[in-house]
Amino acid sequence: MNWFITHSPALLILLPLLAAFLMPIIDKINKKARNIFAILIFIIVEILVIILAFDIIKNGMHVYAIGEKNPLQTIPGQAAVPIRIVLQIDAMGIFMGIISATVCLAASLYSLAYIEEGKGKGKFYTLLLLILVGMLGMEFTGDIFNLFVFYEILSIASAALIAYSRKGEASEGAFKFLVISSISALFILFSIALFYGQYDLLNIAALAKNMKYTHLDKIALALLVSAFAMKCGSVPMHFWCPDAYSVAPSSITATLVAGSQASLYALFRVCFTLYGVKLDLQLIGGALIIFGLLSMFVGVTMAIPQKDIKRLMAYHAISQTGYMLLGVGAGLYLLGKPEFDSYGIRAMEGGIFHIINHAMYKGLLFLTAGAIFYRLKTRNLNEMGGLAHRMKYTSIFFIIGALAIAGVPPFNGFASKLIIYESVYKISPILSIIAMLVSILTLASFVKVFHSAFMGPKIHDVEEVPKSMLIGMGVLTFVIIFFGLFPGFIVNNLVHPAATALAEQAKYLQAIGG
Amino acid sequence: MIYNIPFFTVIALIAIGMYAVIFKRNLVKIAIGISIIESGVNLFLITLGYREGGIAPIFTNLPPEITPSDIPEKMVMPVPQALTLTSIVIGVAVLALILAFIMRIYKEYGTLDAREVRRLRE
Amino acid sequence: MYEIVWQPIIWIISFVVIAIVAYIIRASGKADYKGGEQGKPFLSGNEAPKEEMHIRASNIYWGFLHSLKGYYNSMKKMHSGIINDYVSWFILITAIIFISLFLMEVIK
Repeated sequence: MNWFITHSPALLILLPLLAAFLMPIIDKINKKARNIFAILIFIIVEILVIILAFDIIKNGMHVYAIGEKNPLQTIPGQAAVPIRIVLQIDAMGIFMGIISATVCLAASLYSLAYIEEGKGKGKFYTLLLLILVGMLGMEFTGDIFNLFVFYEILSIASAALIAYSRKGEASEGAFKFLVISSISALFILFSIALFYGQYDLLNIAALAKNMKYTHLDKIALALLVSAFAMKCGSVPMHFWCPDAYSVAPSSITATLVAGSQASLYALFRVCFTLYGVKLDLQLIGGALIIFGLLSMFVGVTMAIPQKDIKRLMAYHAISQTGYMLLGVGAGLYLLGKPEFDSYGIRAMEGGIFHIINHAMYKGLLFLTAGAIFYRLKTRNLNEMGGLAHRMKYTSIFFIIGALAIAGVPPFNGFASKLIIYESVYKISPILSIIAMLVSILTLASFVKVFHSAFMGPKIHDVEEVPKSMLIGMGVLTFVIIFFGLFPGFIVNNLVHPAATALAEQAKYLQAIGG
Repeated sequence: MIYNIPFFTVIALIAIGMYAVIFKRNLVKIAIGISIIESGVNLFLITLGYREGGIAPIFTNLPPEITPSDIPEKMVMPVPQALTLTSIVIGVAVLALILAFIMRIYKEYGTLDAREVRRLRE
Repeated sequence: MYEIVWQPIIWIISFVVIAIVAYIIRASGKADYKGGEQGKPFLSGNEAPKEEMHIRASNIYWGFLHSLKGYYNSMKKMHSGIINDYVSWFILITAIIFISLFLMEVIK
């Protein structure tokens, strides 16, 4: 057991990677074996992530130097700086790891029935495993070039899966996604080169120790903040988001949401840990708060006139990302000041708690939209009606998801939104008022979707969706209800360690000796 | 001054690549622009490792005038070369995928103009 | 540590109590009421046939969309769907962050 826990950072990335390479071979042998193999790998990764989470919250940070004889020795004998790739998992990293593992497990269960057999299902599962590798790699690594490599793995695998459908528009959405991803990745590589040229180091903790805030570091900061903010879908760089999310198969859209949260994690890692208090906190914190406000407002107002159900939900994903940027941006704004300990850390907790809530309920909503598409073969809201008569379970899951996103008790959206409202109120009341207004408009647009799709007389003759899709939706619903009923337990044990791990740069630097 | 010419080339390549991505309408020209930006960033990475009068960082089979005692100072840095190799491979994968998408788009839409390929809008 | 102000168990218990009260009030009505004119949907005073009874998604909230027409026209023009515009927004925001970072140093 001890061997498992020590080597689990490397196992968690290695296991899905090996499974992804074995998947085409198993696909040629037997179809049923491939299905069982894929689901088994996702379940094993989920269980390992939860065991590692228990250990990290009890015992502190885990480091792992890849290739050393003793993996806990990050600085080898004669050197003065860490020279190998070091995986460094603190409470925030494992928090994001739980999100990625759960969403990918739900998506893979859902895809058992959603994707038909003769259309390259083996390659679908290979790419889904590579998406999981990319997300876990981004969240667990302590080396900035490794972050870039896993970022590219995630974006290439996601782009290939967005274009899965044979219809024409899917290639257009995937093309736009890949152009945006590769432009942002090239600018991230440019910043990494700027760091290497000045300091001769690639490890995040070692860079943070030696960081002098020169002009080249300012250029690198502007590029990194912009590139990661574009990839998570914050206004005014959000235009690719509805295009890509609406044409992808629904389980992949749920995974893309978790991928955007991984880029959000990378943005926070750069701002809080790589730079820390040396950057202009007022400016960057203010920029994140402004991105958050714009995202919330533009996202929800553009969602109301939409006719395509998945495009509407993608605009809501942009809007909810605004809540996270608002919460953590408020924390960054207050970082060095004494007010941070009273309400700054609460704002960060609200933002971070909202990340996991959003991944769960947004994933659930996209999976229900996929269930509607699976039966009716259309995404246009004008052609739907009266589905609640026959698709009872799908309507119940949709109601739970819609109430959770609108912030209605007792689901989990309310808990995190309440923390954000209370803590950003003290910075300026306008922020809280705009957040509540956006919440009301969110509820309004989901009432529109519910009425158009599920209410009314029975127009279409449909059946309920297959059981594996319902089980996939059920996994996410269980997390929503559990987090909604026990928010105090979750905040004290999971979110508060994550927020303090992000805010305290010193503990992160201490883990890499010297 | 002559050792700064690669940096000016990097800026010129990135500027030309961004011009191609922002102002050109043909989708293939956008893909070429991305490839040019990638060449610029790779050149930047390699240039950072150059040391004046340095030799290739290979320990065996050294040229005769280098004694083993002053090896590391006379070599160019090997780490940026490893980073550049990784980046070139990633660039190949991205370029292949973008060109595959362009082929599919042409089969479906019949045109390669970025202003016509916009069924997903507003 | 510190307690969360919101206790979900209290909310659920109060919801159950209110639901029981609502059920008791409903159960004390007439048991043999069948329906009739009062239960049918009406559109602008006329009885709606079954095909037109369901309001489609584009017609819901038309008042809200009509009153914010100026905002929506400019927004829909910005969401053009052209890939070149998407990248130029990125360059614009990067430039704005650059300039403000350097201005902050000059101002201080």
